This record gives sequence, C-alpha cells and structure tokens, in this order.
Amino acid sequence: MKWFRVTQVENIPLREGRAVTLADREIAIFNLGDRFVAVDNACPHRGGPLCDGIVSGASVTCPLHGYKVCLDTGEVRKPDVSIRVDTYAVRVEDGVVSVRVEEARNKAA
Amino acid sequence: MEDLVVVGNGMAGIACLEQILSHDRKFNVTVFGDETHVNYNRILLSSVLAGERSTDEITLNSLEWYQQNQIALRLGVRVIDVDPVNRIVKGDDGSVQHYDRLLLATGSRAFLPPISELDKENVFTFRNLDDTKAILEAAQPGAQAVVIGGGLLGLEAARGLQVQGCKVTVVHVLDTLMNQQLDITGGSYLRQKMEQMGIKVLTSRVTTRLLGDGRVEGLEFASGEKLEADLVVIAAGIRPNVDLGRKAGVTVNRGIVVSDHMETSDPRVFAVGECVEHRGQVYGLVAPLLEQGKVLAATITGNKGPTFEGWTAAAKLKVMGVEVFSAGDVQEQEDSDSVRYEDPALGIYKKLMIRGNRLTGVVLVGDAGDSGRYMEWLRTNADLVVRRRNLLFPEPVADTGEGVAEMSDGETVCGCMGVTKAQIIAAIHEKGVNTMAQLKERTKASTGCGSCTATCQGLLKAVAPGYEEETKKLLCKCVPFTQENLRDIIKSQRLKSVQQVLEIYGNGVGCEVCKPALSYLVDVVWCGDHEEDRSARFINDRVHANIQKDGTFSVVPRMRGGVTTPAELRRIADVAEKYNVRMVKVTGSQRIDLLGVHKSDLPKIWAELGMPSGQAYTKGVRMVKTCVGTEFCRFGVQDAIHAGVELERRLENLYTPHKTKLGVTGCPRNCAEVTVKDIGLVGQEGSWQVVVGGAAGKHVRKADLLITVQTTDEALDSVMLFFQYYRENANYLERVYDFIERVGIEKARKETVYAPAAQRKALLARLQKSKVLSHDAWTERETPVNPTQFVQIQPLEAVIQ
Repeated sequence: MKWFRVTQVENIPLREGRAVTLADREIAIFNLGDRFVAVDNACPHRGGPLCDGIVSGASVTCPLHGYKVCLDTGEVRKPDVSIRVDTYAVRVEDGVVSVRVEEARNKAA
Repeated sequence: MEDLVVVGNGMAGIACLEQILSHDRKFNVTVFGDETHVNYNRILLSSVLAGERSTDEITLNSLEWYQQNQIALRLGVRVIDVDPVNRIVKGDDGSVQHYDRLLLATGSRAFLPPISELDKENVFTFRNLDDTKAILEAAQPGAQAVVIGGGLLGLEAARGLQVQGCKVTVVHVLDTLMNQQLDITGGSYLRQKMEQMGIKVLTSRVTTRLLGDGRVEGLEFASGEKLEADLVVIAAGIRPNVDLGRKAGVTVNRGIVVSDHMETSDPRVFAVGECVEHRGQVYGLVAPLLEQGKVLAATITGNKGPTFEGWTAAAKLKVMGVEVFSAGDVQEQEDSDSVRYEDPALGIYKKLMIRGNRLTGVVLVGDAGDSGRYMEWLRTNADLVVRRRNLLFPEPVADTGEGVAEMSDGETVCGCMGVTKAQIIAAIHEKGVNTMAQLKERTKASTGCGSCTATCQGLLKAVAPGYEEETKKLLCKCVPFTQENLRDIIKSQRLKSVQQVLEIYGNGVGCEVCKPALSYLVDVVWCGDHEEDRSARFINDRVHANIQKDGTFSVVPRMRGGVTTPAELRRIADVAEKYNVRMVKVTGSQRIDLLGVHKSDLPKIWAELGMPSGQAYTKGVRMVKTCVGTEFCRFGVQDAIHAGVELERRLENLYTPHKTKLGVTGCPRNCAEVTVKDIGLVGQEGSWQVVVGGAAGKHVRKADLLITVQTTDEALDSVMLFFQYYRENANYLERVYDFIERVGIEKARKETVYAPAAQRKALLARLQKSKVLSHDAWTERETPVNPTQFVQIQPLEAVIQ
C-alpha cells in the first residue's frame, strides 16, 4: 500500500470531482466540503467518468446514464443493483490531498 | 334600532361585527378606526414586508362591504373619550357619537422599552400598515437594519428587512430567541436557522440609547458596546390599549376585564380582542379573538348562551422556510416528562411536555407539520396512554382519509382564520365546495399562513364528491415545491444560489434532478445576476461540450444562420486533423460537429477555431436554421439569412428551459422546415408569420401561429417577447411545444405580442439584462471558473508509508 500525494486541496472545487491516474488506476477524488473521498473513476455500469458527475451529499451521479454511486462505500444506490466501485482512503495534510492505493495491483494478473 | 358604536376597525372588532350582523339586525352601526385603511389582515403585515404580498392582498373587508352592510365608517378618527353617563364617545376630530351599546376593540400598541433618545428618524415600530410602508421606504438595499426584540414579530420583521436587501441584526434582551414560546434548546435551533439565513443575532443585550444626530446612526448597549444602524425597528412586545376602558369606567387590569360571556362590568359596554383580559389571560393571536367575537355577538344581540372559556396559547413563526410552532407550557417542570427528538444536521427539534399522560406543552422547530395534532391533544386534554410509544412519530396511515377522520369536528384546521373541520365540511356539503380555490373563497381557510393546506386538501379529498386533485408537480423531494412556487420563493426571498435554495427550502443536499433545474431558475429569475455554482450544473455546462458514451466530448462551433466562410472551414479542418478528431459530421441544424475530443484539448480547440460556442451541449439556443431567401433564391420574398443571423445573435448564450431550435424561411415553401421548430419565422410577400411550438422528434407537431407582422424588426421583437415568456414560465426541461400545449396559444399571445405595452417592455428589458450579463462560454478557455476544469491532475509524488 502506498500513499500518493496528489494535489493541493484548492484544485478540487467544492462538490466536484477530479480524475488522477495513480499506479495505473484512474481514480476520481471528490471534495464533499467536510472531507475528500476517492473511488474508481469508472462507473460500474458502462464505465462513465464519475469525476464528471453531479455530487449530492455523499453520492455522485454518473453523467452517462444516471447511476448513483455512494462515495463512502462505493455501492451503487440507484438503480437497485448490487455492483460497486473500489474506494480509496484519503487524507489531507498541509493542504495536500493524498490517496492510498495498492501499487500496480493488476501487474501480476 | 339601537346605536352600536365599535371603536377599533381591526381584525377582532370587524370579525365580531360580522358575527353580530349574522344575527337579526338590531343596530345602527358606527365604526371608528384611527388608521385610514379598511380592515386588513394584520398578521400578514410581515409577509407584506417580506414582499410576499402586496398591501391590497391583505385587505379583509372592502369599502363596499361596509356600504352594503350600512355601516357608518369613520376612518382616521381616534376616539379620545367615553362618557358612560350620557353614553357618548368623542372623536379627535371633535365629533360626538351616541351609543346604546359600545364595543371596545382597541387592540394593542407596540411596547417601547426604556431606551433614551428614541425620537430619531428611521426608528420604527412594526404594528400597522403605515409602519410597514414607512419601514419599506427606509429599507434600502445594503442598509444596516437593527431589530430590537427577538420575539415572533421581531424575527418576522428581520426576515422581511433582509428580503428588502438590508443587512440585518436582531438584538434580544434575553439569551433565548422567542423566549415566551421556546425553551433554551428550541431557541438555539431557531437561532442557528436565522443565522444560516444570514441574519445576525445578538442575545443578552440591553439597549440603553440610540445614537445619531437627527437620524439614527447606531445603538448603545448597557455594556457600553455599540452597534451601527441605518434604521431601527422596535418589536419588543405589545401592550393592550385600555385607556378607553378606564374612561368608560369598566374594570381594567392588564386588559379590559370580561366575563365568559364577553361582558365588561358595565352591561352596555363590551370588549373583544387584544385589549381584553379574560380569566387573567390576554391574547395576541387571531383564533381566540375570533372565538371571543362569536360569543360576544351572541351576548350583545340577546342570544346570550355561548361562553368563551379560554384558549391554549399557541404561536407559529411566519418566516418562509423556518418552521417554529409552540403551544402550552413549554418550560421544564419537576412533575412533567419532556419527550424530545433532535436532528442537528436537519435543524429539527421537537419537544412534548407530558404530565399524567396528558400533553401540556409542545415545541416544534424545523418541522411543524404535526402542530395540528398536538393542538388538538392540548385542546381536548386527550389521554395519551395508548399513544405513548408514538408521540413524535404517528404510525403512517394507510388510508389517507383516516387522518382527517380522526380529527374531531371542533378541531381548528386553519388557526389564522379560525376555521374548524365542521365549518369546512359544512361548506363542502352546503355550498358545493369542491376545490381549494372555492374553499378559500367560501371559508377563508388556508388564506393566512397556508400551513393548513395539506389538511384542507385531505378534507376535500375525503368529503367533497367532485374533488379533483390540483395536480401540480413538485420539482423534487429534495425541494418539495412546484417550479412556479420556487420562482416566487427565489424572487421574494432574494435567493441567489442553488445551495441557498436547498439549505433554506430543501434538504440541504439536492440531487442530479433538482440541482440543474434550480441552476436554471436562479439564473432566469435574476436575469443572470446570480451566484453561479458550476457544481450544480451537468458536466456539459461545466466544460461547454457534449459528453459522449466513452467520456470524450463533441465540439460544435456557432455558425449563425448556418452561414460559414472558407476561412472558418479551413480552421475547422486544421483543428480536426491536429487533434485527431474521430469524426467530422454535418448536423441536422446546419452546423459542423467534431466528435471524440478529449476534455483537456477543449480550450486549445476553441482557441484555434476562433469561433463562438454553438451551445450544442446545453439547454439554450441551438441554432437558427435558414434558407437562402431573397439573397439568392429566385422564389424568396423575405431576407431569411439576415433575419436568421440577427435572431441568433440576439438570443445566443442564454439558458432556456430546454434546448430551443429556431428557423427562418424566406417564403411559404418552407425550405428551412420552420413549422416544426420551437420558434420560427415564415416569410410572406410583405409580411412575416411568427410561429411557435413546432416539433419533429418523437412526435410531430405543426407550429401554431403567434402573430403576423409586416416588418422584420417587428418579427424579431415578437420572437424575443415569446422567447423571454417561455424562459420565465416554462418548467425546466419543458420544450416549447409542451409549454404551448400546457398554456395554450391564446394565453401565450395575450402575455406576449398582445400584452399591454408596459408588460412587453418589461419582458424585453429582462431579456436585455440577461443578454448583457451573458457571455460566450468558450471565452472561459482563458479564464476558466476553476483552474483545473480542463486539465488532467498530475500527482505530486509518491510517499512510502
């Protein structure tokens, strides 16, 4: 496991997401106002860019077909299907957002 | 007939007089009122101040009513003396009026706390219509307004002043707002809500002096601390007007003392309303005063029998978006249990005081939806043993009729107007009431604060044979209002951002449905002079391109009227090659679409194209499709190209409820297919037809003729009128053809091209304002709203943990 220092907090505006590639994974980081969260940037439905979705509370709605993903658990909340995206630990230190990712997880596969 | 003199032309006096007139006529009636207005709804003054109602809208009895009932009305005359021996009253205009029966309904006046140098300009009380008008005049946007008094009236005044654009501070002498009605916790929840709205609250401040030379400039507190103020409203409580009671020689304590039959100590003198003291209580609320009026009317007309036996004190704050209700005794007592519920995040606080399985008091902050049920428990002293497990959360009723069936007949449904369930049912059965509008007209129920609307609708649904639900669609469960309501709320409450609307009128969170809709509404209500929040917009409106199935974007530059140049085409070709655009496609709207563009390339592509945004990604004007018209066509009778290009220039860059497609064609052969466009112009020999509401999508609809005009200028103006009318009145995501089906072309004509000149001018002025504040979205390539809007974030570094 590795912590990646990603970017200054001000680069991710309030209630928006931004994508970043870390260890070959495209990850969407969101600013929820009281905290930052991170999930895979691909919607489990058709791979839509979650970072471009509308954030409401702790959920994001995929811009392609409106799947709603819980940013805390990664579970799809709408429609009622049991699929999910991976979530990643996030911390903020000295105004910089860091994300914890298993490095090159898919390399061995 | 005997002479009846009514002193006081307010709600209690006139409501009582209405009851007296409903008995056999026994009196020649004279009414004295020291205000110069006919009877109006005093409890709605705060909504006049908050811009929700005009002064005309709160009139209760028109001049015609006084005339029809043969009442001698003496407006602007204050009664200054009563001579109980000769049975005459004297007016301040020198007039003398004989009475056989005297009805004192003198109400109350504002209490002025002991503050020195109160006599300054821009210092007001908030008690009557003249006060309200004076405050409105002084309440200039940006002014520092201070309200002394954090009770019901003070808070309502504060919100009204804020809506008028003032920066408002409420100064309260105690540590709890609405301390007469709330406990400490309820007061802190209320304080939080007021502060969220942007009203400053200072508690435990004793104002000792007003500062300023002539005009007020500030306040000084007992601590020596000072506060700036451009205007001061004093709302520190009320005191009953009892002077005339004393002069009439009747018993007076705090108020004019009356019996259960509403008699004073003099059989010829009666009193009703806020000036009255009954069993030691003085009431400042409407419902008990109306009840007193009914009893008094029976007594004075010789039908003595009914009695007034007191009323549970109850109060409701009338500030839109802040629900506060209180009744009974709400302070902690040793022999009582308090049952509470709190949700700090939602700002909801509920407390029931229970003694011996009976409710003795209730506080509701943030959600007063159940106030009717608790009032009924208080009023009937209901035994709550079987309900103890469901005090705060009633089991949901499967049958919606059950809720209203559980109410007793005597239960008050509308507290503002004092209308009971039995009266509503009588109106339904005897007067054929079937709709909310009829119910309002017949019974006045739900015409006050409106909080009983749901109960009234429930009653209509359960009882009225011909009830048809008024199916107004709410925008979303996050903000449960119709879009029409929301426009009013945004305007009257001066809400400038999506988040403000959500926080004050919604769940604070919103969703992908309501956020883009609210984004549109705040934009159109303020003509672009709002706080734009890109996070509430769909991705297309953040990056000004249309997202495709693979997460890439499409780029459509604007070519007004579908007219381009060789130079533009060369630049388009160069850009397409340089950025490996996957497909270049000619669209159905006479534009060129570049498909498969990466987000990070968008600003560069826009710069190299050097063309404005074609808005193909948003709810806006997509295009004005044209034929070549008189410019080249041998059949053309109008210059479609120039009219189309000009139209596009005038309407581009604005948001619309849904995408808007326009067309201009130079002759009735209609090569530009404008009769299936949202808005179109059809050229005729010597005239233009303006058509609206065409469709060629899932279904096909031929556009309706709005008007035929002679000149191109008139044609363009007609389109602009209709365009702005559509922007202001259609629901978000309602296409022009759906809008036209809903409102009807006749109404659309009356509200646009056939509207009075002032109305047309105002529509165009608002369109113009929006236009001035709009910009070509692609200029954001140089000044993005956020620096990382288009760039891919690169990680700083990796750190091994």
